[in-house]
Amino acid sequence: MFETIPLTHILIVSTLMFFIGVFGFLVRRNLITILMSVELILNSVNINFIAINKFLYPERLEGLMFSIFVVAVAAAEAAVAIAIIINIYRRFSSINVEDVSEMKG
Amino acid sequence: MKEVLFYLFAGLLLLFSILTVSSRKILRAAVFLLFSLVLTAALYFLWDYLFMASVQLMLYAGGIMVLIVFSVLLTHNIDHKFDPMEFKKIIFSALLSLVGAVTVIYVILSHPFKTSALAAAPISPEDIGRGFLSYGENGYILPFEVISILLLAAMIGAIVIAKKTTK
Repeated sequence: MFETIPLTHILIVSTLMFFIGVFGFLVRRNLITILMSVELILNSVNINFIAINKFLYPERLEGLMFSIFVVAVAAAEAAVAIAIIINIYRRFSSINVEDVSEMKG
Repeated sequence: MKEVLFYLFAGLLLLFSILTVSSRKILRAAVFLLFSLVLTAALYFLWDYLFMASVQLMLYAGGIMVLIVFSVLLTHNIDHKFDPMEFKKIIFSALLSLVGAVTVIYVILSHPFKTSALAAAPISPEDIGRGFLSYGENGYILPFEVISILLLAAMIGAIVIAKKTTK
């Protein structure tokens, strides 16, 4: 049966995925790839919610509902972020974070 | 059988996540991200969360990936290659995320999780719909409405920001 997989293994997988996303967020210098790392982070959080809901409280809905809301917020965030990125590209002809320093004092 | 599938999917998920953050071609990174999102949906299918899996496929693997690929194609030459990253920065970031991961895994391993003995009935979309719209116990009508206002605001905001300013 599937229940033989310990919950800790799933949580470890999602932890590793989260910190791979953090690594990408720190190391990348391009706005779109930074956005991709944020999507990886949100996705690993979703796996966590679903796994805890499935293995600890299978008769309830909290984790599932919460991850659906996370997906909706991620969609809103991606739409606004990409609008901002396109606007930055139009203004600076580059989306490298080091080139966009207009607001630095 | 399902255990084998789980470990296979988990391994591929980590592999494609690493490739997403390390690939030097941006379109390739986007495709690897798509693979890891689809594999996440496969995990949800394994756990019988069919509604969540279809939401994942439609919104993440469909919607967000289309947005990302669009913006990649609008802002980059298709075979643009990044410069190799700074070695010092890679070392520092890897160290920081490694320390974080070890801390979190240590906490997970030292906490005893009591797995529920209840046989999990598959959650039907009807339960989810009733949960969204009920305002009694276990009802989610308030966050549902807040999310719909957030989506409206994000839609209008995205149009206003990306609009060409006419002089």
